[in-house]
Amino acid sequence: MNRRHLEQQVALCAMYGALVMVVVSLLLIIGVTVLRGGHVLVTRPEVVVTPPGPRYLLGGGGGFVHAILGSLYLVLPATLLASGIAMGIALYLQSDYTSRRTAGAIRNLLDALWGTPSIVYGMFVLTILISLQQRASLLAGIAALTLLEIPIIARYADAAVQAVPPMAKETSYALGTTRWENSQVVIRYALPGIATGVLIGLGRGIGDAASVIFTAGAGNNMPSGLLEGVTALPVLIFQQASSFYPSVREQAYAASFVLIVIVLVLNVASRLVTNYFARYIPGGR
Amino acid sequence: MMPRDAAGLRMRKEAVSSRGMQALALGISVLFLVMLLLLLAKSRPLLSGYSLTEVLLSSHWDPARGQFGFAPVILGTFYVTFIAMLIAVPVSLLCAVYLSEYAPGRVRRMFSSFIGVLAGIPSVVFGICALLVFVPLVADYIGPWVGVETTGLCILTAGLILAVMVFPIAISLSYESLQALPIELREASLSMGATRWETTRKVLFKAAGPGMLSAILLGFGRAFGETMAVAMVVGGKNQMPSLFAAGQTLPSLIVSSVGEMMSLPLEQSALVFVALFLFVVVTVFNLLARWVEKRLQARWKI
Repeated sequence: MNRRHLEQQVALCAMYGALVMVVVSLLLIIGVTVLRGGHVLVTRPEVVVTPPGPRYLLGGGGGFVHAILGSLYLVLPATLLASGIAMGIALYLQSDYTSRRTAGAIRNLLDALWGTPSIVYGMFVLTILISLQQRASLLAGIAALTLLEIPIIARYADAAVQAVPPMAKETSYALGTTRWENSQVVIRYALPGIATGVLIGLGRGIGDAASVIFTAGAGNNMPSGLLEGVTALPVLIFQQASSFYPSVREQAYAASFVLIVIVLVLNVASRLVTNYFARYIPGGR
Repeated sequence: MMPRDAAGLRMRKEAVSSRGMQALALGISVLFLVMLLLLLAKSRPLLSGYSLTEVLLSSHWDPARGQFGFAPVILGTFYVTFIAMLIAVPVSLLCAVYLSEYAPGRVRRMFSSFIGVLAGIPSVVFGICALLVFVPLVADYIGPWVGVETTGLCILTAGLILAVMVFPIAISLSYESLQALPIELREASLSMGATRWETTRKVLFKAAGPGMLSAILLGFGRAFGETMAVAMVVGGKNQMPSLFAAGQTLPSLIVSSVGEMMSLPLEQSALVFVALFLFVVVTVFNLLARWVEKRLQARWKI
């Protein structure tokens, strides 16, 4: 065996090492969450459905159903809003509506916004709240999450819209459709990609704590109105994780179990939904 | 012939919808500017009282006494990010090369869905796992091994968990840039008698270099702005960073100071300035990554 092949073998070993490292870290993260959280959920399953008691974060009794509800109330409207706005942007980026240059500039901007740390969105909405002398509320949390999700969904939708075969659009134009009617054909074609984007946006939104921790309130009450404070599951996990009380820390493990299950379900759902919507496309399943 | 008002309705729908979509697309661009300007305006109180260099280079942080020095926090952020990149870059590149050049299709598909899952895990869950796994690992094994007493809540732990969080984005993007290269490149090199690894090292790395650089830059942006996982394990102490001591990063400073923030207007302004700083640095890195990537696309006409 000469030097060149030895080098090849060494490189291959390094690659296997890297692969194992990545796989192990993923398994470790899911495994630890499932084991520790699952253990708590098996011994105290009631924490998922009970509202928090008094002095909840200080070791008082109760569960975290308020955070699960809060997360849903925050994320569902935010995703709905963001999807609508993102769809409009993605359709507008077609060459039917705007020049290639403008579209390129807006795409760059969306990419920059996508990479913006979520805490920046949180601080942005918080500064607006302070200027308006408002308290943190469900509404402000929804606004912050919407801002966070728009670039993600818009870029996925945009990629899907760009991949629509020109022939489909031309056929539709040849029948005398307007651009708006044509867009409805485009949406049909792009639906699998759009659905993936929406679910990824949803997953990102439900797991994000930094954007809602100041804007939504982070109190321990049941969600009670649009202008009242709520807390979200990741925010609660963050607060509980470093707690002095073991019983509180255990609730954080249980809550992250719930969170990771939601995220994994969304991941599977995005595959299923993509396959389902592919039936609108000739040649799709 | 269609009735007149039906045609009119169609035209009106077309006009309204195109205006609406234009407004949305413009709105998102305006949002970017508004964010920048509002954050700038709100950090004015700090910047009018202190010079920029003073704020960035001073190392004293004591809001109650009116001292706002960001040097330890900025250094801490770079320190943590640097550790993360030191681990994540080689591992991610090797993984991407293996997947793109060596792996059979089945492994490739399985691994890419693995990466998809890893990318979707919320950062607080990474934080929890860091608390349960990395903190004891650093406190009980790595610390004593190098002869340092540490609680495990330190810069190194934060760097380790960040490395894991950077994996998905760095792997998937550098994998894509390798996949985008024309097969002729590999064929030409292999036909000259180069081994697969020599082809990878001497031809593919050079050709896909910009794409990998862009993946690294985006990974850097991700690590730089990551908040929750870091805030949970970094220790939250505003002091000059050292590997095994508690430290602070820019995002974790915001999170940990939010309680006091309301009472002191100047501290409020200082934290807004931190957000502005994060926003600007990460945006510069993202745009740079975009630009580098475009150069690659222009070269290979993808």
